[in-house]
Amino acid sequence: MNHTAYALIQVAVIAGITILLRFLPFLVFRNGAPKLVLYLGKVLPYAIIGMLVVYCLRNVSFTDGSYGICEVLSVGLVVVLHKWKHNTLLSVAAGTVCYMVLVQAVF
Amino acid sequence: MKIRSVQKNTLKYAWKASLPVMAGYLVLGIGFGVLLEDKGYGWWWAALMSLTIYAGSMQYVAVDLLAGGATIVSAALMTIFVNIRHVFYGLTMLEKYNATGREKPYLIFALTDETYSLVCSAQLPDGIDEKRYDLYISLLNQGYWVIGSVMGAVAGAVIPFSSTGIDFSMTALFVVIFVEQWEKTKQHLSAVSGIVISVLCRIVFGASSFLIPAMIGILAAMLLEKRWLEGGRTL
Repeated sequence: MNHTAYALIQVAVIAGITILLRFLPFLVFRNGAPKLVLYLGKVLPYAIIGMLVVYCLRNVSFTDGSYGICEVLSVGLVVVLHKWKHNTLLSVAAGTVCYMVLVQAVF
Repeated sequence: MKIRSVQKNTLKYAWKASLPVMAGYLVLGIGFGVLLEDKGYGWWWAALMSLTIYAGSMQYVAVDLLAGGATIVSAALMTIFVNIRHVFYGLTMLEKYNATGREKPYLIFALTDETYSLVCSAQLPDGIDEKRYDLYISLLNQGYWVIGSVMGAVAGAVIPFSSTGIDFSMTALFVVIFVEQWEKTKQHLSAVSGIVISVLCRIVFGASSFLIPAMIGILAAMLLEKRWLEGGRTL
């Protein structure tokens, strides 16, 4: 199968599942949801975002290259800036520019 | 005549309410478009994905899945785990959206984090049609997202500087969401479990195959920690 066709199938699967997830409660829980589902809905998001942060940083190596210095500094900047200003756009933009400068010009 | 003026006021009110999302979606959309273009997918891919998937963080992840030629199964599992939270938005909107008319399927389809935040708690003044407000918010927000992502993909092709490292914007976005969630609750066991289990799985299983064990581990941990997490004890 060629690359474009395969990528189109990937997009269709991702779109289909996203749509299914958004419709699911309207299809299933017409008369209230079980407690376990409500519980998972409450606690899972916190763990999943943590997992996504690790997923983004999965290729960082602390034993060679730049020893993960770019990533540590940029993530640190995002955390500090966001704790301080609570401005999503500012935090994301500043962290990204910092990272780009570090990987392109410094290391 | 009266109905038209209510609609006009509602559109104006929805547009004003959506301004912060406009800024966010344009910037994040452009970032997504640039990243997508950087991996060799042009503007029509950005348009297609923003029209059909329409889920910010998932589209950033999808760039990686596409570029890396991920299997259909791992793309599907990743989508479930990244977007499972939408199930719970829906749970809280059951009553409200079940009372709407033929726009209901679109309202449910367009229920992103940001749209949810604008429609779930809106205290609307007199003279504003609530159902119309929800629809306008949903349409405006997706409009910003589609425009931003296409702009990014088009500009990315002619961008005069190296875009190496721009994909860090996805990491930065998740770090921001992590910080916000951290500050929203005193119960940090769930967030800490997510990080610790993922790091352990990354060390044990390696960068390319740690995600599925991590997802299973997190689900198991949430079930095991149920009594603790529900008991109101804090970590």
